[in-house]
Amino acid sequence: MKLLLNLFLTFFKIGLFTFGGGYAMIPIIEQTCVEKNRWITHDEMMNLTVIAESTPGPIAINCATYVGYKQKGFTGALISTLGMILPSFIIIYTISIYFDNFLEIMIIAKAFKGIKIAVGVLILDVVTKMINKMPKKPVPLIIMFASFLTMLLINIFAWNFSSISLLLIAAAINLVIFLVKDNSKSKGGAAK
Amino acid sequence: MIYWELFLGFFEVGCFSFGGAYSSIPLIRDVVLAYGWLNDDMITYMIAVSESTPGPIMVNLATYVGSNQAGLIGAAIATFAVVLPAFIIILLITALLKTALENKYIQSVLNGLIPCIIGIILATACYMIINNVVTITTGITFNIQAIIISAILISISFGSRTLRKKSISPIFLIIISAFLGIMVF
Repeated sequence: MKLLLNLFLTFFKIGLFTFGGGYAMIPIIEQTCVEKNRWITHDEMMNLTVIAESTPGPIAINCATYVGYKQKGFTGALISTLGMILPSFIIIYTISIYFDNFLEIMIIAKAFKGIKIAVGVLILDVVTKMINKMPKKPVPLIIMFASFLTMLLINIFAWNFSSISLLLIAAAINLVIFLVKDNSKSKGGAAK
Repeated sequence: MIYWELFLGFFEVGCFSFGGAYSSIPLIRDVVLAYGWLNDDMITYMIAVSESTPGPIMVNLATYVGSNQAGLIGAAIATFAVVLPAFIIILLITALLKTALENKYIQSVLNGLIPCIIGIILATACYMIINNVVTITTGITFNIQAIIISAILISISFGSRTLRKKSISPIFLIIISAFLGIMVF
């Protein structure tokens, strides 16, 4: 019971004090879960970062679920994840109640016209970093470029085609390419 | 029914947001526009609010859209739905399928998904920037104020990357843009 409470409070604190989400949270999670509480080892934390990159969803949630499960099974995972989400939930819910009225204030409306422009620039900043980290091989680069063009056209012409369908197509194409290569490789091996 | 739609929409987002916090932005935009829950401006405002408040961006956006559409219960359902896939998948991997991610077929699916989502995010960023600067209705109108602000913000962002070798903090850029907005518009 004490452990559950501790898990809840720890992740509640992490959820409350990490802005911007994503990788900004990793050092804090590392500090509290590895160094302070010794809930998981440093190697597990590294491994978890890799898993988080290959699974959907916010990395903070992935970490909370994993640490909670390791410490106290399903209940632990549930309580930790809940602790992680609750601060954002309370804050955003409160904002959502007043946001429309807030935007009617002249100066705030002007500020948000400026802020709107910052959002695109911020996303561009993050995505260029993602591109830098990507393997520079032909197939991924072609997939990236094709999906960029398609998505841009979808946006401009307001086509009724979801980005999720685009993702499914890309995954299927890459899998087919892999299967063909894998198949020809194993055939080549058999010939020898 | 709105509760069911919220659940379905955000569950989909939760299943496909590979590659970090920003991956969810185009997906959420897509779902929210498709259902007509918010207009483009409101989504963009909320992305900025989500960046400036603690917690994962997609959780913040789900809570907002849910609350905006169906109050506290809507907020709870959308948040639950967006987190559920991540929760289930991590449980499955740690409890049962420890080596699932090393499977070569799963790896090849992931290797297709990641570049695709990067292309989608890039397109979304470009569209957002272009959309502020140019309005195409009957003719093409350029928005001079928006061009000035965009130019300043892009210079600050890329200046910080080249000079400080570090990205500018999102909150700092949002504060600068708010001041520019108040001054220029």
